[in-house]
Amino acid sequence: MSEAITKTGGLRVTGRSRGSRQVNTLPLLLPAVALLLLWSVLPLLRTLFYSFEHYNLMSPPAVLNGGLNYRYLFTDVSTWVAIENSVILVVGVLFASIVFGTLIALLLNNDFPGRNVARLMAIAPFFVMSPVAALIWKNLLLDPVSGLFGWLMMLVGLRPIAWFSTDPMTAVIIIYSWRWIPFATLILLTALQSLDTDQLEAARMDGAHGFARLRYIVLPHLGRPIAIVIMLESIFLLSAFAVIYTTTNGGPGDATTTLTYLIFIKALNDFSIGSASAAGVFAIVLANILAFFLIRAVSKNLQR
Amino acid sequence: MAKLVLEKVEKRYEGFHAIKGVDLAIDDREFVVFVGPSGCGKTTLLRMIAGLEEITGGDFSIDGVRANDIPPDKRGLAMVFQTYALYPHMTVAENMGFALKMAKVPKAEIVAKVSQAAAMLQLDKVLDRRPKALSGGQRQRVAIGRAIVRNPKGFLFDEPLSNLDAALRVQMRTELVKLNKELQTTMIYVTHDQIEAMTMADRIVVLNGGIVEQVGSPLELYNNPANLFVAGFIGSPKMNLLDGEIVARDDHGAQVALADAGVVTIAADGIEAGPGTRVTVGMRPEHTMLAESGPIGGVADFVEHLGNETLVYVKRPNGGMMIVKADELAGIRMGDPVTMAPRTDRASLFGPDGRALIRRTFHLH
Repeated sequence: MSEAITKTGGLRVTGRSRGSRQVNTLPLLLPAVALLLLWSVLPLLRTLFYSFEHYNLMSPPAVLNGGLNYRYLFTDVSTWVAIENSVILVVGVLFASIVFGTLIALLLNNDFPGRNVARLMAIAPFFVMSPVAALIWKNLLLDPVSGLFGWLMMLVGLRPIAWFSTDPMTAVIIIYSWRWIPFATLILLTALQSLDTDQLEAARMDGAHGFARLRYIVLPHLGRPIAIVIMLESIFLLSAFAVIYTTTNGGPGDATTTLTYLIFIKALNDFSIGSASAAGVFAIVLANILAFFLIRAVSKNLQR
Repeated sequence: MAKLVLEKVEKRYEGFHAIKGVDLAIDDREFVVFVGPSGCGKTTLLRMIAGLEEITGGDFSIDGVRANDIPPDKRGLAMVFQTYALYPHMTVAENMGFALKMAKVPKAEIVAKVSQAAAMLQLDKVLDRRPKALSGGQRQRVAIGRAIVRNPKGFLFDEPLSNLDAALRVQMRTELVKLNKELQTTMIYVTHDQIEAMTMADRIVVLNGGIVEQVGSPLELYNNPANLFVAGFIGSPKMNLLDGEIVARDDHGAQVALADAGVVTIAADGIEAGPGTRVTVGMRPEHTMLAESGPIGGVADFVEHLGNETLVYVKRPNGGMMIVKADELAGIRMGDPVTMAPRTDRASLFGPDGRALIRRTFHLH
């Protein structure tokens, strides 16, 4: 596949072939471009405009206030806390999904009775809706009184942990990991199945067993799918909202308030559309900077 | 340096008997080719020798040591795969040195061995490239280099040339034979292409349905096929096979009455069958002559002028086809009636069970 990509990527349209193409493509592209403008660029421009207004739903009307929203945003400590929380959440879940995703994929790639059922079970959490998953975790698993883990800890004589008050970020990371490890498992398992058996046999002839085989043959093969997992999960996790809303409401204090959640608080708790828009624009810029590096890294990996 | 001996070696899968007892002794430094149609078990047999497939019956030994249960990397044999099986994320040098790295050979020694093999295979300029950036022929050579670097007792080749274009294949054929002489190691080569087998082998092992049909030098297989299967498989175009019955026999040969044709004389010192035996006469296209008033009749159905020779496809009255390799100046045209005769001293004779009834000795001058 990647060979095809690099080949087309390397294609240069020569003057002659451009000249021979008589079709005017603009009318064909126009409907799609118009729809895109309507759905994505227009709201973006609106947001940009709001971000320069003092616009609070409780005290209309809206008036332009220069860059005041941005000044408040950058001088507010909670902005930087939120960014830090976002980074902790994304990195934590990515770390868990790649480590456990790889391990589970390696396990499920072996032949054992009931493998198909095990595969289905391993993938299943991905299909559970976020709020449902969050509620199950909050009330049935992590709750210190009625939760399964609390009960298990008491069985071995430990004091149950009140996750959402003592270590809320870890709890949120655990729940998101539970949802996203299956996604990583799915992608990595399909990648493992595409590993050339001849290569594995050549490695056997070359004397690479067990860990050496994993280290020199299997993991390098997984480099590309891991890059894809990192990219896709980063995009989804940066906009993660439902689990935080259902379990912690961004608290206690601002312990689990991510940038996304901060925007939500500004817009729908404080009704301050102007400052929420400013935070939103900032988030878009940040996400694009991140996306630029991610896509560059991934495409480099794909071209290999 | 390895003498490989297989004794009653068998491979059974659940519900399938792939290798049905193979006895074979491969001498040190010999170039042996396993040849046969698809599904005959030649690749399975090679993989059993490599250690990639378990041997389910019989004994396999390397230099007199039973090797059935020795893991593949400890057998001292290197394999070149049909798909080359290069590691895509490693450079050419890393690919070639991987086995040594796994064996914990010091780095300097690995570099020395890799560059030595690379020079031998003209890969010194591409050592830093990854397999993707190489041509098919170069990838092939890297796969061979990976095997050479290990300094193995024997090389195992699994149809290594089948992914190359025709010109490169011919070139690699001679290079592999040269390599065999240079390295002085045992080589086993699997192919379905009988021309590869004929051109490269010291000895050919013809396999069919999990059994060995015949083992011998290329010329022995060509001149004295042990049975109808080998007769049909070795040689191109294929040997003409005609049914008949022995009508008379003496010390110098036999007279065979062919179905839908006349009587032909087969010259041979000893024939292991008497008059009345139903036989199959085999005559190669190059040993079938266009002869006026010959005993076998037909109509030229198709004529191929190849320049150095002319192939005449003859349709027999009973519907069968025969091929004659004729002189390019024979002047036969499509639709001409022709009569043919075998070269009596080169024709083969097979009994009702398909086994050869005569065996000739030839001396190269």
